[in-house]
Amino acid sequence: MTGPQEIPSPLPYTKEDFVSGQDVRWCPGCGDYAILSVMQRTLAQFRIPRENHVFISGIGCSSRFPYYMNTYGFHTIHGRAPTIASGLKCVRPELTVWVITGDGDGLSIGGNHLIHAMRRNIDLKIILVNNQIYGLTKGQYSPTSEIGKVTKSSPAGSIDYPINPLCVAIAAEATFIARTVDLDPRHMGMVLQRACEHKGVSFVEIYQNCIIFNKDTFQPVAGRESREDRILYLEHGKPLIFGKKRDQGIRLNGPNPEVVNLADAKDSKEILVHKEDDPLPNYAYLLTQMEYPQMPVPFGIFRCIQKPTYDQMLDDQIKAEIKKKGPGKLDDLLHAGSVWQIEEQETMS
Amino acid sequence: MKTENGEWKVGTTKKQLKEIDAVTIRFAGDSGDGMQLTGDQFTDTSALMGNDIATFPDFPAEIRAPAGTLPGVSSFQIQFSEHEIFTAGDSPNVLVTMNPAALKVNLADLVKGGTVVVNTDSFTEENLKKAGWKSNPLQDGTLKDYAVLEIPISTLNANALKGSPIKPTDADRCKNFFALGLMFWMYDRKLEFTVKWIEEKFAKKPELLQANATALKAGYNYGDISETIQARYVIRKARLAPGTYRKITGNEAIALGIVTAAHLTGKQVLYGSYPITPASSILHELALRKNFGIKTFQAEDEIAACGSALGAAFGGHIGITATSGPGLCLKSEMINLAVMAELPLVIIDVQRGGPSTGLPTKTEQGDLLQAMFGRNSDSPVPVIAASTPSNCYDFMIEAIRIAVTYMTPVFFLSDGYLASAAEPWSLPDVSKLPKIQIQHPQSSDGPFLPYVRNEQTLARPWAVPGTPGLEHRLGGLEKADRTGGVSYDPANHHKMVTLRREKVNRVADGIPPLEILGPKKGKLLVLGWGSTYGPIHAAVTELQKQGKQVSACHLHYMNPFPKNLSEILKSFNTILIPENNMGQLLLLIRGAFEGIHAVGFHLVTGQPFKIREIKEKIEELL
Repeated sequence: MTGPQEIPSPLPYTKEDFVSGQDVRWCPGCGDYAILSVMQRTLAQFRIPRENHVFISGIGCSSRFPYYMNTYGFHTIHGRAPTIASGLKCVRPELTVWVITGDGDGLSIGGNHLIHAMRRNIDLKIILVNNQIYGLTKGQYSPTSEIGKVTKSSPAGSIDYPINPLCVAIAAEATFIARTVDLDPRHMGMVLQRACEHKGVSFVEIYQNCIIFNKDTFQPVAGRESREDRILYLEHGKPLIFGKKRDQGIRLNGPNPEVVNLADAKDSKEILVHKEDDPLPNYAYLLTQMEYPQMPVPFGIFRCIQKPTYDQMLDDQIKAEIKKKGPGKLDDLLHAGSVWQIEEQETMS
Repeated sequence: MKTENGEWKVGTTKKQLKEIDAVTIRFAGDSGDGMQLTGDQFTDTSALMGNDIATFPDFPAEIRAPAGTLPGVSSFQIQFSEHEIFTAGDSPNVLVTMNPAALKVNLADLVKGGTVVVNTDSFTEENLKKAGWKSNPLQDGTLKDYAVLEIPISTLNANALKGSPIKPTDADRCKNFFALGLMFWMYDRKLEFTVKWIEEKFAKKPELLQANATALKAGYNYGDISETIQARYVIRKARLAPGTYRKITGNEAIALGIVTAAHLTGKQVLYGSYPITPASSILHELALRKNFGIKTFQAEDEIAACGSALGAAFGGHIGITATSGPGLCLKSEMINLAVMAELPLVIIDVQRGGPSTGLPTKTEQGDLLQAMFGRNSDSPVPVIAASTPSNCYDFMIEAIRIAVTYMTPVFFLSDGYLASAAEPWSLPDVSKLPKIQIQHPQSSDGPFLPYVRNEQTLARPWAVPGTPGLEHRLGGLEKADRTGGVSYDPANHHKMVTLRREKVNRVADGIPPLEILGPKKGKLLVLGWGSTYGPIHAAVTELQKQGKQVSACHLHYMNPFPKNLSEILKSFNTILIPENNMGQLLLLIRGAFEGIHAVGFHLVTGQPFKIREIKEKIEELL
């Protein structure tokens, strides 16, 4: 648990150090409260100086997040947070830069920027709060809403097929990809901690409950009663086993995953073992295809690999150029190429 | 062919040299004929020989339109002289055409009695048809008003390169250097600068080096020995101010201005850009300047380019983005965020013909009102406009100074003409340029207030992430005065809108008064901005020499205007405003100053004004 900049121990931070004075204005019961609280608690576990955390968001309910964090923050414009965060990280690589976005902000209006931030592997921690609805504009379907969803803008049911945020992250070759849920603070804390530790782009989808416009949409999966049967918790090096009795596993049937009762498995080696550091994205992609109700929904770290980051390579190129050419001399640059003199007497003629 | 002592040997003419004070040459051919390179080489040599120069490259948006067709014609015009000049010339005295299409497109511009050089080899039936000539212009009297030099350039070039190991198609591609050599002979230019260029360019390909150098020299020698060509001219060195000079285009000057500003502020620069004509060459130039601490970020789109620059500004460094009109449309929302967040940001707009995709490679001044008003709500942004290729350097630095001094986004307007036009530039002494002071607060007595303002400039403090104790949140929601918290309070909003406007107005406190060329009051003032400077200055100067009562002013600060503009405008009966748009400055002037009699003069052909056009308009009003 170390950050880019060490401060001496003992670690002075508590959760309260990350609480800003601003009144929180989410609806009572909104899942964002839990996310905010877990984030504040998670950062208090790090040695990263508080002033080195920057939270950058777009537009939407979740994008109010930076106002409530007692760190540097920038509540920007719709969908564009990754662009501002990228520019900041390019000039200040020592900062820990977080992007807070939502399903509309990140996958609809800002889809382009999200993809490109991830494929560059710029060292940003992107938290996508997914409630499958437009909340701040009062309840229209979002790009992650299920087909057929009845909302104010889709009274006959949405005819948009939903997009799967983690598939987008895998297609863009993000180096850290995870999913968690607002209802499980302990799991969320683990995921946020890992995201913060990762060097490179981190993409975390958090299932979030919009209590007003899409209440309990994740309840069947993540509700206390059912979660052990319907969530597959991913742990590196451990077999894909789930269920209250831990009696079910995931194995491959041809190219596709299927659920098998462990008792029915011919061999325990049939059960897939989670490998978050697979350099190929195929296995992680397979996990993203496991959807409720046909399959248990995977939670945890889908992928965590190491690859040089954009910000690091940018700095490396600068250093290499300086080494090769020496620090730039402005006067030499202006005089580069062909120059000529006009003398005083020539102007007299 | 080198002699034993390594000198390049060229013929010595016995033909008579005639002295002239200026000449305008236009090289025209297919996009693949290398006309831009040919023009560049002629320009470099003329500059190094001490002439004043002004160029006008004009090329199609297509990389290679079908060969021999009218849309594929590319041209490069240069005026060079022994006195100070302000434009690349209204009309060429000499037109060098590599094919019938180039002749078709450019002939109308040639001065009556001017010289046209034609590559007769290219005047085949097929090429004539492609160019839309119904009969051969070399035979049907089309060229009767001109001195025609019919030269089989392709054949002569091929003959000169006989024995060269390169392929015939590659040999044919050297013919532009043959034409260049011929022009070098006609205008008594030295070959050495272009030879040196060829030697460096083809250092690793000796056969191409030899072929291009041979073609150049063959063209030169052809002039010397040919019976068809008798006239030969000399243009003496120009009487320019003393100093060290180099040739510069507007986009090169912008890039150098940015590197200089990095030096003067002691900051990194993040240049966020998405490729767009005619701004891309700034990105290419800056990408080479990593050892000056310049970071370039080729973004996924125009919005991200602007966002990355704003992010760098939030981080305490210099954020710059550049584009042309269509890209500027996309950046509007991000620029407004910079207005609200009160962060420094410089937006370079190299204007081109519009609307929409418009004329990508042609010049226009159509984005002034977009820069002024193209954002939601009351959103004042300072606007600076360069007027010559070389002063793009000075105004680029100025735009950055204003941005960091007043904590505001700033527009820097250039255009397609300035971007690629070249002129001599008297190099500044960088050790004497004033440093741009930037202070970031390091601590705060009590809670940090990010929207408390400097009394003089109204700038808010630029506290940057990483500073302990100054943690604060910015955003696009309206800010409470002083605290910067989110505020929907009616009176606060009115106050903040007023403050943002007043802050931009105060930029006028730090800019020089506008100067007048000619009498300080009178009947007619020509008021210009941007790249119309050259033709306006030349036209007004020429008319003043004829004793005409006309004055001129040129604006570089479009928002806010210089403080003395009102007084100047009131001192003239009529204000003539020539613009390469349909009257955008005209609208601003009429809106800002009551009781002014202002008339517009509009030209939106994608070409700069000619001096003649401005003169005629002035005379009409006198």
